[in-house]
Amino acid sequence: MTVLCLVELDGDGAADASLRALTFARDLAGGADLAAVLFGAAAEVPAQALAEYGVTSAYVTGPGRLAGYAPLAWARVLAGLAEQTGASAVLAAGTDHGHEVMAHLGALTGHPVAANCVSAAPAGDGDWRLVRQRWAGLLLEDAVLSAPVALLTVATDTVPPQPAASPASLAVHVHEPDLAEEDLAVGATETAGQAGGASLATARVVVGGGRGVGGPDGFAALEELAALLGGVVGVSRVVTSEGWRPHSQQVGQTGTKITPELYLACGISGAIQHIAGCASAKHIIAVNKDPGAPILAHAEYAVIGDLHQVIPALVAAIRDRGGGAAR
Amino acid sequence: MEILVCVKRVPMVGGTIVVTADGQDVDTKMSGFAMSPHEECAVEEAIRLTERLGGRVSVLTLGPPAAAEQLRDALALGAGRAVLLATDGREWGPIATTAAIVAEARRQADAGQGYDLLLLGNEAADTGDYQVGVRVAHALGWPVVTGIKGIETDGGTVRARREYRGREELFEFALPAVITVKEGINLPRYPSLPGRLRAKRAVIEEHEPQWQPEGLRKQGLRVPEGERKRANVLGTGPDAVPALVGVLAELGVLP
Repeated sequence: MTVLCLVELDGDGAADASLRALTFARDLAGGADLAAVLFGAAAEVPAQALAEYGVTSAYVTGPGRLAGYAPLAWARVLAGLAEQTGASAVLAAGTDHGHEVMAHLGALTGHPVAANCVSAAPAGDGDWRLVRQRWAGLLLEDAVLSAPVALLTVATDTVPPQPAASPASLAVHVHEPDLAEEDLAVGATETAGQAGGASLATARVVVGGGRGVGGPDGFAALEELAALLGGVVGVSRVVTSEGWRPHSQQVGQTGTKITPELYLACGISGAIQHIAGCASAKHIIAVNKDPGAPILAHAEYAVIGDLHQVIPALVAAIRDRGGGAAR
Repeated sequence: MEILVCVKRVPMVGGTIVVTADGQDVDTKMSGFAMSPHEECAVEEAIRLTERLGGRVSVLTLGPPAAAEQLRDALALGAGRAVLLATDGREWGPIATTAAIVAEARRQADAGQGYDLLLLGNEAADTGDYQVGVRVAHALGWPVVTGIKGIETDGGTVRARREYRGREELFEFALPAVITVKEGINLPRYPSLPGRLRAKRAVIEEHEPQWQPEGLRKQGLRVPEGERKRANVLGTGPDAVPALVGVLAELGVLP
């Protein structure tokens, strides 16, 4: 029995979400072989990290015919390797690529796919007992999966990346899959995009604005504060559906999930779809006129008041303090 | 261009999410229902495409008879035809849902009115399975991409764009095809009054597909044990600013 895990490359290493998926896959394998499946040049395989995470075999495909991301082709490769290794489970991180490839694998094999799992264990008779996220993690579903091969994606925000107790001895195999023309019909051409969503996702400080900002003009003070704190502005869904700010700034279930040190939520009531996007912030401070706003149940600190008074006063106070420090 | 948009009726949850006493569903006694957000944008995108290229938007949902409400919402925005795949209210998995959508696509093709494009949301807000669009495409033998934030087409080929890890991915392929979209691809319009009236009178086509069990079976739902906090209130209005600055300094985020 082998557990296969798709490992995505990000920069010059394995993506953080993939290291989390490998941690999950290693637990699931319970001592059996853990195999990583990668797409890229053999030289790009992060062999040391894979060994540290307990991977015993790595299968790397490309970049001959598979120059870029091609979801059906990737799924075809996973299906072939699953058969070749007699895999009991195939996993991927719950990223856009991970979900897309696993959906193709589900369609190719006719097996169910359980998305965004947070735990999984064999339940006897070939069944698996799973816990998976619904509502972007606001709810958990307990489920039983019966399938010849378990196809799972792993939630990207729950299982921490954790190397194995002792590194494995890793064998790297260059894999040359037999792909049909139609497997390659849909493939991505990549170009450097605007970094809008990405910087929100990785910002150390996010200053949030919601309905309480009142309109497109109200964001100047939040922008000023964000710039002072070396952060960026994020907004709630109502702000983007009113067209006050672009969707790339939305924090929430249908926008970006953020992971800053500090999220300063101004004039945001705290609908749970918004909480789904900011719950991974290390510290949340709310500025809200309403002491009963739901956001206060998720915040560590709160200021009760009108953001249009509090934020300019805060900006002034930080500027004064900065001036003092420089002297 | 014949476009089918598949939408899902989901509970409209606000400040909290509550599970029913039997642990099987989201409690909707206190909430209404809405179209899942990505699909609102799918409807808008389909209407814009037909405004430019001609043709018709059909909208489909699989759900209880009450889901006709979401179909009428789409009709009010400009969809021309609505199809309800009526269920008895129980939850359908992705594989059974796929079969029901594929049957509708084949019915239309057999009637000589086959679809050129199927649009769905990237994932449903509630179940979050991330797979129905891809499964439908496989069953029809059509190309598919998911999570799309920009569509250009002349009616023959499609250029579809999205962002991933800060880079733009561009896909080009021929119609017919399946595309799943994400919120942000457009800003949906509000329904017009004539649109609402037309939607109210519209006849909704109805079919009753067969439910089937799947390998992934829900046992129950629960709210994760979070640390519900009670915020430490630093003060009221601008008077609280010195205390707030103190906290920010403690967190190490001040310049």
